Amino acid sequence: MEIVYVYTKKRNEFGRQCNFSDRSAELHVDILPDPSLAVNFIERDPCDVPIQCTQEMSEHEVNTERFESDTRGINHVEGGWPKDVNPHEMEQTIRFRKKVEKDENYISTVMQLGNNMEHCIKQNNAIDIYREYFEEEEVVEESEVQPSAKTINVFRDPNEVKRTASSLSWHPDGSRKLAVAYSSLEFQKVSKDMSLNSYIWDIENPNKPEMTLKPVSPLVCLEYNPKDCHILVGGSYNGQIAYWDTRKGSQPVEMSTIEHSHRDPVYRVIWLQSKTGTDTFSASTDGQVLWWDIRKMSEPTERLILDPNKKGNLDNALGAISLEFETTMPTKFMVGTEQGLVVSCNRKAKTPAEKIVCMYSGHHGPIYALQRNPFFPKNFLTVADWTARIWSEDIKESSIMWTKYHTAYLSDGSWSPVRPSVFFTIKMDGTLDVWDFLFKQNDPTLSVKVCDEALNSLRVQDNGHFLACGSQLGTVTLLEISSGLCTLQKNEKALATAMFERETKREKILEARHREMRLKERSRSEQSKEEDTKEGDGEESPEELITRIEKDFYEIVEAELKKRDKGEEKKAIIELPLESDI
Amino acid sequence: MCAEVEETLKRIQTHKGVIGTIVVNAEGIPIRTTLDNSTTVQYAGLLHQLTMKARSTVRDIDPQNDLTFLRIRSKKHEIMVAPDKEYMLIVIQNPSE
Repeated sequence: MEIVYVYTKKRNEFGRQCNFSDRSAELHVDILPDPSLAVNFIERDPCDVPIQCTQEMSEHEVNTERFESDTRGINHVEGGWPKDVNPHEMEQTIRFRKKVEKDENYISTVMQLGNNMEHCIKQNNAIDIYREYFEEEEVVEESEVQPSAKTINVFRDPNEVKRTASSLSWHPDGSRKLAVAYSSLEFQKVSKDMSLNSYIWDIENPNKPEMTLKPVSPLVCLEYNPKDCHILVGGSYNGQIAYWDTRKGSQPVEMSTIEHSHRDPVYRVIWLQSKTGTDTFSASTDGQVLWWDIRKMSEPTERLILDPNKKGNLDNALGAISLEFETTMPTKFMVGTEQGLVVSCNRKAKTPAEKIVCMYSGHHGPIYALQRNPFFPKNFLTVADWTARIWSEDIKESSIMWTKYHTAYLSDGSWSPVRPSVFFTIKMDGTLDVWDFLFKQNDPTLSVKVCDEALNSLRVQDNGHFLACGSQLGTVTLLEISSGLCTLQKNEKALATAMFERETKREKILEARHREMRLKERSRSEQSKEEDTKEGDGEESPEELITRIEKDFYEIVEAELKKRDKGEEKKAIIELPLESDI
Repeated sequence: MCAEVEETLKRIQTHKGVIGTIVVNAEGIPIRTTLDNSTTVQYAGLLHQLTMKARSTVRDIDPQNDLTFLRIRSKKHEIMVAPDKEYMLIVIQNPSE
């Protein structure tokens, strides 16, 4: 239906101003609902209509006007000639020039400027004023920067049940990858859901491991082959050795047979220097050190039993926890034992008895880390119980340098590959200590709390700049060390040599003195034996010895506690006067 | 009088390493030059502008100050400009290396 409203206006009213007036409302149209039309429509299904009560915002883009730039060149033509001189006429220009040259002003100015100019020209000719005089001298970088270590990345064990990261190994080529062996070293804590896998991480991607290694039993130690970056060898919890080729997948290429493997977890496996690049040796707490050729894993090529009596008796053997091998000295190697002894061995010895050359004692607990100083192979670092010690090969009675006894157990340590005087240790309370014994001997130069749980393994990258530490919950932290701790300082080698020599000499003198005293004692006791037959005064029975030691121990503890209480009292006393002031 | 000027300019030109000498007036017209015309015109035009800019910079920083000498050392040679109110002396030299 059509709705029409007609407006009329008189012609003479056009252009007139509008006069508005009020008017009551008029109903123009009223369209009532027509139910018959409803037939043409159907009811819509109830539908969900989202409503949002938010501030209404609109999007607006702004872009600046294009700044158009263009490259132009300037064409220099002669200009500035006064109006009457035609620049193209040679005669006129010459005449003009001559006129100017006759000007007084010109002459005096040119004379003056000429003098100035001559001075500078002569200066230039005399010396090169911009010459680098001190370019031969190297810029001495005074590292005023405080030594620091920064966490770069954290790699967490993707499995639910967390295992300890018991061993780390950097990829030999460029160190872009890190192989981590996961296992649970706590006695009988292995649960059914614990995954057996170990991973290779790409250091740029902490979200997912790059590759998984699937051994039969969790790996306790893992090493990349320094000659071939695709091959890894791992020692597992059940004593078997296996090797992987990363090109061939996650399963080991070959595993050693159970009968010929170790009887205890393999704690350390190292690649040897050989022409074929396939020789490794492994150590385990069952007291054996076995040599393997990975091409033939069915049985070890050689076997050594760490019997201190040199009889090859497995029952007497010391359990091995760490191995040391330096490629510059391929015939010698060292084994760190559970009993706290370091055994130095010679590979080329003819009889097994001669294989064990000497032993170094001095530690109270298993030796978790053993490494020769890369710059001074005669000195080696051992990390065990609550201290780290530095030894010299010649002195067998004691270490030449040692740290103080810490409150937490030390679990691993390593020398810095770039600086002879720097080494790293990690503790069970989750701290990493960086020691620089040329700077400070009593305390670590830098102590960083890496995580709350215990740290179990440490590996420094070959450039000395980065290091990775693995914790008890399987978290591997990648840290970057400040440059001051990884650049060789001038004279450092000389100073380190001097320090080692000094300490070695001191120990030698002490050793000599001890020997003298012992000789004297022996000769005196021999004499006294002849005089009196039984003088059991000095000898205490074991029980008496134990009670005496217990008494001493408790006395020391009580004294320490009393000292601490006194210290607290003092603190309380100091605080009181402050309060009374208020 | 003229001869002294000649002598000075000749002396400057014969110094070791000097490639060319130009005397320019305030309008940019080269009065005396030892280089070819096109090079002279180019040097005169460009250096004039640069000298003006340098002078105004110096005077902006300190109005009592004024530009006495301008040296531009480039990889190949050194351009030295001795400015004055009416004229400008430009010398291009190859410093002793």
